[in-house]
Amino acid sequence: MTRYFTDDHEWIEVDGDSATVGITDYAQSQLGDIVFAEVPATGATLKKGGDAAVVESVKAASDVYAPVSGTVIEGNGALEGDPALVNSDPEGEGWFFKITLSDTSELDSLMDAAAYKAFVDGL
Amino acid sequence: MSEEDEFELEPIEILELPLDTWHRDKGARMVEFAGYHMPIQYEGIMAEHIWTRENAGLFDVSHMGQLMLTGDGAAEALEALVPGDISALKEGKMRYSLLLAEDGGVLDDMMITAAPMGLYVVVNGAVKWDDMGYLREYLPDEITINNMEDRALLALQGPKAVDALKRVVPGVDALFFMEAGLFFWGPQTDPEPLWISRSGYTGEDGFEISVPASHAQKLADQLCAQPEVKPIGLGARDSLRLEAGLPLYGHDMNPDIDPIEASAAFAVSKRRRAEGGFFGSDRILNALANGPARKLVGLSVEGKMPVREGAAVFAGAAQVGVITSGGFAPSVGAPIAMGYIDAGHNATGSTLEAEVRGKRVSVTVSSLPFVPHHYHRKGAQT
Repeated sequence: MTRYFTDDHEWIEVDGDSATVGITDYAQSQLGDIVFAEVPATGATLKKGGDAAVVESVKAASDVYAPVSGTVIEGNGALEGDPALVNSDPEGEGWFFKITLSDTSELDSLMDAAAYKAFVDGL
Repeated sequence: MSEEDEFELEPIEILELPLDTWHRDKGARMVEFAGYHMPIQYEGIMAEHIWTRENAGLFDVSHMGQLMLTGDGAAEALEALVPGDISALKEGKMRYSLLLAEDGGVLDDMMITAAPMGLYVVVNGAVKWDDMGYLREYLPDEITINNMEDRALLALQGPKAVDALKRVVPGVDALFFMEAGLFFWGPQTDPEPLWISRSGYTGEDGFEISVPASHAQKLADQLCAQPEVKPIGLGARDSLRLEAGLPLYGHDMNPDIDPIEASAAFAVSKRRRAEGGFFGSDRILNALANGPARKLVGLSVEGKMPVREGAAVFAGAAQVGVITSGGFAPSVGAPIAMGYIDAGHNATGSTLEAEVRGKRVSVTVSSLPFVPHHYHRKGAQT
């Protein structure tokens, strides 16, 4: 399994032609206390860079974009009852959705962990 | 990800508060607000909010304008522009009021205190320059408007604010809600005078302290050295005031809105209702007598999804209002909102729907405040 990152601060962990998507630890630290998350419905079609989910802090609502195109297999139902999972475990239990990738070549434009770290360090 | 409300035009120069370095040293995340770099949060909005409700929070509100109006007849002259009974204010008493446009629209909300020197007026930071220009235009030349730019303004808010402040500035516990006075701070040989009021914008007991900018850091350090006190950012200030049902100018009030629509009829004093004679008094007294066409109300939100500023509110297919403030309320544990709802739909208990990202969410008109006020009122049983 390989984990990639976007410059919009999503992570995507790829396993064959399916993947899990969430927001990074840096993203949750910038947002602050998460009070609501809206995940896409199973079967929804996502386009790379398009709106996929919504995360809301006390202060503001933010979009989560699809790192790659695909079809949603599952949204993380646990976020409905416990949105703070995005704060406490953003790159684990606080995942947003799983998708089937429609074009694995889209992964080529994403960053690996080292490149993302350098990107965040430069912000 | 992108924050939907992040995009704003930046002014040419963003100013620094007297405590700018102090905030950064305390770990604040700074944002631009009202033309200043200001702390949005330190440890986190939720924790800061709850801390203030249970202990005491120190807010730097030095971006607000502190004006001193002096000259004979200042109170009477100001009454042409505000609907409150200002000439009846006794020294050391303060009143919430509204700066009115010629048509009765609200240009700002403000606190007016009868101070020994004159009228001490605190206005919102975002519109303070407009306010000063407007006051200068409409007040007689004999009235002097002094913008006290050399003073910082600190608010200490929360149930334990009095315990902390009276240790630093003896005697402040003698003040009741909406009273103010001069107090002395520091060594008896060289005390610093502070203008302190028992007031604030969180719904809790608390104080607002006008201090020379040169002494603000020392005072902030002494206050934060008290075990009850932590610094609190703008984020929690906003969630606290929303729970307290207090409007935020530029969001819940603007020049198109009159005081009655803004549910601020209490700011139109009895004598002024009888006599009129202030900007927009015909419109305002008519709205008072016949009811406003729309009204600012509180709205409780079903479920957990926040309903925010700008969301349209519907009764069936018809739009009957708009949200002007909304978010998650830490002390309520649920989303809450305020907004303007048309007559016929704004009675307490009315069930409506707000639209968020194309989805409808049920909202119910609810009485304000969402969290009870805990003011230290004179004559109240404590």
